[in-house]
Amino acid sequence: MEIKILGPGCRNCEKLAADANLAAKEGGCAAEVVKVTDMKQIMTYGILSTPGLVINGKVKSYGRIPSVSEIKKWIEEEK
Amino acid sequence: MIKTLADWLTEDIFQLTTGTHLADAVNFFIYDTVKILLMLAVIIFVVSIIRSFFPPEKVKKILARKAEFVGNILASLLGIVTPFCSCSAVPVFIGFLEAGVPLGVTLSFLIASPMINEVALVLLWGLFGAKIALIYIGTGLAVAIISGIILGRIPAVEKMVEDYVWELRMGETEIPKLSWRDRFQQASFHTQDILKRVTLYVILGIGVGAVIHGYVPIDFVATYAGRDNPFAVPLAVLIAIPLYSNAAGTIPIVQALMGKGMPLGTVLAFMMAVTAISFPEMVILRKVLKIKLLVIFAAILTVAIIMVGYLFNAIM
Repeated sequence: MEIKILGPGCRNCEKLAADANLAAKEGGCAAEVVKVTDMKQIMTYGILSTPGLVINGKVKSYGRIPSVSEIKKWIEEEK
Repeated sequence: MIKTLADWLTEDIFQLTTGTHLADAVNFFIYDTVKILLMLAVIIFVVSIIRSFFPPEKVKKILARKAEFVGNILASLLGIVTPFCSCSAVPVFIGFLEAGVPLGVTLSFLIASPMINEVALVLLWGLFGAKIALIYIGTGLAVAIISGIILGRIPAVEKMVEDYVWELRMGETEIPKLSWRDRFQQASFHTQDILKRVTLYVILGIGVGAVIHGYVPIDFVATYAGRDNPFAVPLAVLIAIPLYSNAAGTIPIVQALMGKGMPLGTVLAFMMAVTAISFPEMVILRKVLKIKLLVIFAAILTVAIIMVGYLFNAIM
């Protein structure tokens, strides 16, 4: 599974990346959390407000930091 | 109720005699700190819920292909309710242009959004009263609308935007829907996050304000930087620029200075410069604006804010 964090790398993006890592670990899945900081790539997902969370190519949230349990639920859906 | 708490703490717990400078300052400090922190918690939460209905992804569709004036007015109003942290300024800028939002309208949005923010409004409302908070919103909107219109009218202004901006193409993604639970969770996270960041500054600001309130002579500011001093407004703006985004710490101090004779125009100009003009934001905007446009942008904004200062010093 591939988890992407979209954002230029401010505090909110860091927090989301840490939460996504935690959710993946707790959900017992071997997911790779990748940070996407390049604006051109971020824009291709159609979001304007960062941080964005993308799991297996699907935008799950943007402009907010979802809770760990929410991220776990999405990981479960994509398994 | 907060008044009773402040009186009780000052007189019974700290054993200070009512009417002394120290008692005044302590009472003022406790009252304002408790009041402002409570207001911040409630209002940021409510504003966050409202904001969850206006993400930039939706706003850009509303503003796409809007004409000058109507577009600038709408953009400035939406700037108040649309959330974006300064790290999103670049994607918001690119996304708006790509959706067909005119450049001047996009800039109106980018000026209004940080200038009229909930933390500044709570502090203004709590410390200065509703009337001044409303004047701030009104003049802030005027500055954003007029600056955006002027910037949009610069000949060949499109060429002063970094070339790559025009080449980027946004992807289309099905944007997930938010449930009420998401909105509440997001609002409570946002409220805690902001409170964590500003509480210390609020306490410091109100603390310094309390000292000024209790100890500085009543005509202090009026003597040195009153409405007769033509340099007071530009000086206030210059001092404000490095205080970026620290509305929480600066507004209580300015409020105390107003009590010592700082005129309203100077106060407004100072606060607008604190929230709207900042070095970090200019660095972020440099990624999309060529240096020439960035300088014009900062200059127009500075002049507009100084005009607000002079105007209110002249009429109030």
